[in-house]
This record gives sequence, C-alpha cells and structure tokens, in this order.
Amino acid sequence: MVAAASETLRRTALFDRHVAAGARLVPFAGWEMPVQYAGVREEHLAVRGHAGVFDVSHMGEVETRGPGAEAFLQRVLSNDVSKIPLGGAQYSVLCREDGGVLDDLFTYRLGENRYLTVTNAANHAKDLAWLRAHAGGFDVELADRLDDFAMLAVQGPDARALLAPLLGDGEELPARFRSVELHVAGVTALVCGTGYTGEDGVEILCAPADAGAVWDAVVAAGVVPAGLAARDTLRLEACFHLYGNDLMESRGPIEAGLGWCCKEATGFIGADAVAAVRAAGPAEQLVPFALIGPGIPRQGNPVLGGGVVTSGTFSPSLEQGIGMAYVPTERATAGAQLDIDVRGKHRPAVVKDKPLYRKDG
Amino acid sequence: MADYPKDLLYHPEHDWARLDPAHPDVATLGITWYAQDSLGEVVFFDPPAVGTQVRQGEGYAEVESVKAVSDVIAPLSGEIVEVNDALGDAPEKINEDPYGDGWMVKVRCSDPSECDALLDADAYAAQLD
Repeated sequence: MVAAASETLRRTALFDRHVAAGARLVPFAGWEMPVQYAGVREEHLAVRGHAGVFDVSHMGEVETRGPGAEAFLQRVLSNDVSKIPLGGAQYSVLCREDGGVLDDLFTYRLGENRYLTVTNAANHAKDLAWLRAHAGGFDVELADRLDDFAMLAVQGPDARALLAPLLGDGEELPARFRSVELHVAGVTALVCGTGYTGEDGVEILCAPADAGAVWDAVVAAGVVPAGLAARDTLRLEACFHLYGNDLMESRGPIEAGLGWCCKEATGFIGADAVAAVRAAGPAEQLVPFALIGPGIPRQGNPVLGGGVVTSGTFSPSLEQGIGMAYVPTERATAGAQLDIDVRGKHRPAVVKDKPLYRKDG
Repeated sequence: MADYPKDLLYHPEHDWARLDPAHPDVATLGITWYAQDSLGEVVFFDPPAVGTQVRQGEGYAEVESVKAVSDVIAPLSGEIVEVNDALGDAPEKINEDPYGDGWMVKVRCSDPSECDALLDADAYAAQLD
C-alpha cells in the first residue's frame, strides 16, 4: 500500500539525499517529504542552538510580471504591496470576498515590475487559479514557477556564519525581509532573509538541478538536516500560522491575529469584510497557550466553554504541551485560564503572549 | 536495533507481556521495539489508574511522540496492579529500553487462557515484514 501510494507522490530534487541520510519520509500535501532524520527533538534543538537545513521544495512559486504587477498584487494581497522595496519581502494573506483566508504568502520583489510569491504546497493550484481568475483588466503575466525552484531553509543562530563562506566573492547574505541573487556553493540562487522557525536565517531558492550542490555544501559546513516535524514544533513555538490548521477559508485574518498585514485602504479583495470585522471586533480570536500540567494538546481538541485547538504539540524548548486555539474574544487575553478537552481529559492551560518561545526567556 | 526477546508474548498491535513464573497471575506489559521506533521519541506517557480493568485488545494508556498520540493496547485482560511511575518524568525510557525500564504496567490477569491468542517472538517478528 505504501509503495503504491508513493508512486503518485511528488519527490523533491533532494529525495535521494533524504533517503541516504536515513530520513523517515511521509506524504505531505502531495509530496513525499522528510518528516525527521535523527529525531524531532534533536533537530529542533539544533535549529534553536546552532543551525538546521530544511528541504521545503514542496512550497510553490508564482511569478507576477508586467507594468500592472504592483496594481494586480495590491488587488489580491492583503498587505500594502506598494511598500515592498526592490529586493524586499512582505507577508500577506490572500482573501476571498467574504474575508475568508485562501492562503498566507510571502512575496519577494525581484525587479521593478517583477514579483515572486511563495505559496503553501497544498494551496498552490488553488492560489494560481484564483490569481488567474482575478488578473483580468491588469497588464500582468502570471507564471507558475513551481517546477523551476527547489527551496532550502537554513535557520538558526549560526546559519549566517556557516553560509557566508559558501558565497561568491564579495557577496553578502540579505538582511531580514530582503532578498538578493547570490552564488551559494557556486550555484545561482535567490537568497531571502525569511524563515518559519523564529530564528535568524535565510531561505534559498535555486534550480532543482542545482539543489543537491547547495544541500551538500550546507550540510558539509555543519548545518544539521531537519525535517517537517521539527519545522512544525519550531513554528508553533514562534506562533507562526500553519495554513490548514490555524488559517482556513472559514476564518478571516482579524480573528487569526493577522490584522497587522491587512491594509484595507488598498482595496484588496475582501477588504470590506475584513474592515467590518476589525470595526466590530471578532467573536473569536486565535491565541497561543501552554498547558499548566502534563499532556499534549492536539489539533481538534475542544476548548471547554467554546473554542477549538488548531495546532498543538509538545514543545522541545519549553518541555511542555503548547498550542494555538480559537477562543471567544472575552477569553483571548494573556493570563486567561482555559480548560482543554484532550481526548476526554480536561487539561488546564493558560493563554500566553506571542511568541510562546523567546530566546532571551 | 530491532529486538524481540524470546521470553515475551506479543500482541499484533505491537505490545508485549512478560509472565513471571513465580507469579504467573501477574503480567508486565509494554510496547515493542517496533512500536517505539515507529512512534519516534516518546515525550509523554499517560498511564491508567491502579485498579482499572483492562481488556485484551483494547487501549489502556496513551503514549505520545512530538508528532502523534497512540493508544497502547492491552495484550491480556485484568486489573492494573502497578504503574511504572518513573515514565512520568522519563518517558524516553520507552525508547531506550522498551522491554526493561520502559515497562508500563503490571496486570493481574483475569483469564490466563488469553495467552494462547498471543504470538511468540518469531511469529511477531514475521508479521512485521
């Protein structure tokens, strides 16, 4: 059964390296991805204390180019696209007319009229169809670049120092939320000062045929291979949303705590609905929480008195159960007590400030 | 690496039972090397209360890795008479020593004939392939 299923799954350019490294591979959003190598906890702590590398080539890319590129992206993306400088990066959500979240995305401005938007793997086809359906009237060209890029995330306090010697002569890594074309291990790559772990680091986009050379050089430099399981525990400690867990079409960005990346004055699709929720206040809000005692909350666990856990795990840094949950707004303040129904057991929890884990304690 | 001691009885859901000849009515239970390897690093063990009745083939405890929760299936029916409290602070013992320090509970067996339905080490290992 496993063999039959894997025939229909896509493999990244680094698949053979994952197998050679002893990774456990699992189906994820249509891809066969490494969920862990040595162990989740070890990989997680390597990223927190040193540096780790993730193959995130399953992420999709859409390029928008043409004289109307900015105007078009301004129409579909929630943030103020006109604020992205050349070589800049910006986070936003893609909304339906009713404000429901279709995806959350990073957009990099590669040129005057040229942008690259990174999609979640499970949403890529849906996003592309949505963008194409709304491009009428704009002087833009949309290109599906999914097959053109492999993507590696190198994250952790030592990530930049370990990568620096691999760059071309005189080249420097981009600052946070900046992107630049560089040579990494001799390979031309778009290097972005972004990530999904709460640590400093970069994301590297390159041609799939070149990905192996980058991976090998990064690992040889002492960066630890890390899988999707560690990526999930790291992002949850940092309180970054995971689409499909914490974000969905049936919820809007205000209740998800993403009002900061919604600039309704730009007139993006869904802006009116978002503005209405912002004005009235959402009925529920997404909050981070930690269990007070033992136990591990999981996605789908009900919150007593209303609400539901959308992400839950064991935090390797904090060594306790943590998560995010939508709860009624009156209980969505740090310090509020929650009771979570973890498979029939009521586990006390407390609402926390973001992020759940912070380096300086 | 994979290890299935000859002196244990196995349930196909990846659980073992050890019967002490000196106390044949009390069995020690745990999960197999295969189970802990599939699960990954165990970070939480939620034991049953002493005195709880368990039934062969049904879950009696939960064991969790970072990623997932799994039911622990009872290979034999009976009453829980002892719980390995050390796993509360050190659930990693389930990975490190699944047949030793990683034992989970002791059960006073209510039906010794249930052992006939369990597998020996060779039969259990064979059905893993």
